[in-house]
Amino acid sequence: MWMFLGSECLLFGGLISTYMLYRGRHQGNPGPAQVFDIPLTSVSSFVLLMSSLTMVLAVNAAKENDVRNTKLWLTATALLGSLFVGGQVYEFTVFYKEGLGFTTSLFSSSFFTLTGFHGVHVSVGVMMLLALVAIISRDRVTGDRAEVVEMVGLYWHFVDVVWVVIFTLVYLIPA
Amino acid sequence: MTTLELRSGSDPAERPMVTPTAALGMFRRPVAATGWKAWVFTVDHKKLGIMYGATAMFFFLLGGCEALLIRLQLAAPDNTVLSAGLYNEMFTMHATTMIFLFVMPMSAAFANYFLPLQVGARDVAFPRLNALGFWLFLFGGIFLNTSWILGGAPDGGWFMYSPNSSALFSPSHGVDFWTLGLQITGIASLVGAINLIVTVINMRAPGMTLMRMPVFAWMQLVVQLLLLFAIPVITVALFLLSFQRNFGAAFFDVEQGADPLLWQHLFWIFGHPEVYILILPSFGIISEVLPTFARKPLFGYKFVVFSGAAIGFLGWGVWAHHMFASGLGPVSVAVFSISTMLIAIPTGVKICNWTLTLWGGKLWFTTAMNFAIGTIVLFTIGGLSGVTHAAAPADTQQTDTYHIVAHFHYVIVGGGVMGLFAGLYYWWPKIFGKTLSETLGKWNFWLMFIGVNLTFGPMHILGMQGQPRRMVVWPKKLTGDGFFNLGFWNRVASVGAFTIATGVLLFVINVFRTARKSEKAALDPWDARTLEWMTSNPPKEHNFDAIPTVHALDEFFHRKYEEVESADGIRLSRIKTAEDVHAELNANPDAHIHLPSPSYWPIVLAFALPVIAYGVIFNLTLSIIGAVILLFATFGWVLEPSVAGEDEYDPPPPPPALPPADDDGSPKELASVG
Repeated sequence: MWMFLGSECLLFGGLISTYMLYRGRHQGNPGPAQVFDIPLTSVSSFVLLMSSLTMVLAVNAAKENDVRNTKLWLTATALLGSLFVGGQVYEFTVFYKEGLGFTTSLFSSSFFTLTGFHGVHVSVGVMMLLALVAIISRDRVTGDRAEVVEMVGLYWHFVDVVWVVIFTLVYLIPA
Repeated sequence: MTTLELRSGSDPAERPMVTPTAALGMFRRPVAATGWKAWVFTVDHKKLGIMYGATAMFFFLLGGCEALLIRLQLAAPDNTVLSAGLYNEMFTMHATTMIFLFVMPMSAAFANYFLPLQVGARDVAFPRLNALGFWLFLFGGIFLNTSWILGGAPDGGWFMYSPNSSALFSPSHGVDFWTLGLQITGIASLVGAINLIVTVINMRAPGMTLMRMPVFAWMQLVVQLLLLFAIPVITVALFLLSFQRNFGAAFFDVEQGADPLLWQHLFWIFGHPEVYILILPSFGIISEVLPTFARKPLFGYKFVVFSGAAIGFLGWGVWAHHMFASGLGPVSVAVFSISTMLIAIPTGVKICNWTLTLWGGKLWFTTAMNFAIGTIVLFTIGGLSGVTHAAAPADTQQTDTYHIVAHFHYVIVGGGVMGLFAGLYYWWPKIFGKTLSETLGKWNFWLMFIGVNLTFGPMHILGMQGQPRRMVVWPKKLTGDGFFNLGFWNRVASVGAFTIATGVLLFVINVFRTARKSEKAALDPWDARTLEWMTSNPPKEHNFDAIPTVHALDEFFHRKYEEVESADGIRLSRIKTAEDVHAELNANPDAHIHLPSPSYWPIVLAFALPVIAYGVIFNLTLSIIGAVILLFATFGWVLEPSVAGEDEYDPPPPPPALPPADDDGSPKELASVG
């Protein structure tokens, strides 16, 4: 898993570089300053960060062999993750209505690609979490349960950390 | 991610029994030990290695035919064998096939087969992922080549520069096939890389410290690390290009202010490490072959290992030397020029070490040895012309001429492919239990060696005379006259290409003749040095009856030979035959070996990706079907334990009592694991 995450760093590195190169290029179409709703995104970022906390609690519970709490915290993490993805879908819809489509400008293409890739990673994470809850409930985990939970946790924290970088670079630093 | 249980003696009673039919609503897992099912659903690293090799060889012949057509077109002035459009498709597919579908998978074949054997493991860390990697590579390769019949092959050159690759300039679906096909083979490489790195880090035999690993294993480790970090960069670039061509994004649309250099940077950040991904496996192979046939340990093992790692590290800092002509500015050019020259140092170290390994050795000129020495010679020529490219002012003159074509063919064919052939001849008895004919092998070697020089040597002259690469014709009126005229040297190059082809043909004939002969190879035909020779030919399903404990670099050699002091200094004296070593090792076989079980899911999952990719090009409904298959296969995979429970076999496994293992009979239990 560590190997895979190392590789993912380069994937997001490439996407972020593309965005940083193109974020100023919107040729009269809406740019970052016009569309971003920082309070809203801050709330969804907070939601995602909290999900890391619940993930830690889940890993902890798994290590103490506490099946009930493991499932509880994994479900909570999945819920917070879905909430974040929901926020992103809402955000994209608003942007689209404001005239910022995927094909509008270099800025929009690279913005949607970068945040979209992140959104897909969160969604995959949510699916992993839910599947994990299901197989824990039916006691179908192959190998050490705590280790499996920890693997998914690693992935989840990574996706979270990437968001912190994206949020800072994309939303907070003015173009 | 599940962890593989390969500990011998692990008690299946510790886990709840899972019968897929009953418990999960899924199919029973495959258990066939013979027939096509044993290959299609296998997770055995040796079978997968053979399949990788066979598929790569097929693509090699395909890419070779494309090369011959190119050389046929260039054999005469103003020739019309190929139209200009077809010529573009031909050189793009030749390069793509040779790089992504031959050299990379061929080295993956060797890595798959020999890495676990060389480090003393029973399989790789994630056997099902390994199978997934192979099927992705095969399906990706087929997908890419179906472009020929589905509206035209990619035609933008192997580095597919933007904006030339946009729909405006390349309206056929070729480039879409290229981006999506490489995406699929890229996932294959990434999966393989993670798998092999974890194998090397976690699954070495007792006593096998990193500095006792064979150089081949080391070089593969470096290569897989390079892949791990290079593949995601090309993934991003390919996604951007796909999104632009298929969904209307603006990444390379210059009218909207796009920067064409973005593609070049992303591509070459991947592309230059890729060059080392192509060459380092060959370096690893000849570092095994040379000491074996020089009857000497590798000179400066640590230097060879660390210079390999240094090449891998420095390889990240040189990508812009492919872009000297793109106007980067003097500072960038100077920096990349210097870093490129630095790479020549570790490479030079290796060449010195190989040469010094030969020095004073009792050389045994087998075909494998010939290929290894050929590799050193040809790679050195290619490396030297590489240093001339590092000098930016000279490079600006040479960019996009045949001089560049000469350089990279000398390193990739002369360095990479010749090294892979050395590996084929060296390891053939290990893989198939029969030795390839040495007579045919020598012919094969000399034809290829002379052919490479005939084909690519003259290209230096053509390049210096200014013939640009990728031109479909050389006009009669521009050929010039005298010794350096283009016509003569182009014809020589074409003759050379067919000489190489004859050499390769002899190899194919050799393979078929060897397969038909009944004579078995000796247990240790080359008096080899490393762990993979400490098991039968071909190795058993479980590799070793007993995992050896490693005490030294070149463990097998040290078990056969002992240093004795005599009047004229220290000499090596044979204390045991290979048969003795085998008998000694197998006297105490490990009990109750659990091997990973075959699985349907890798091939099903791999199949989903080309379906999605066809959908992206032709009809998104197909993509949705592919995505459903993908999801289904993923869940099937996750819910299937990596090792089958004892009750899943049909017929049920024999009682766990192991019969005493001897040289030709593997324990009965393993036979049923298949």
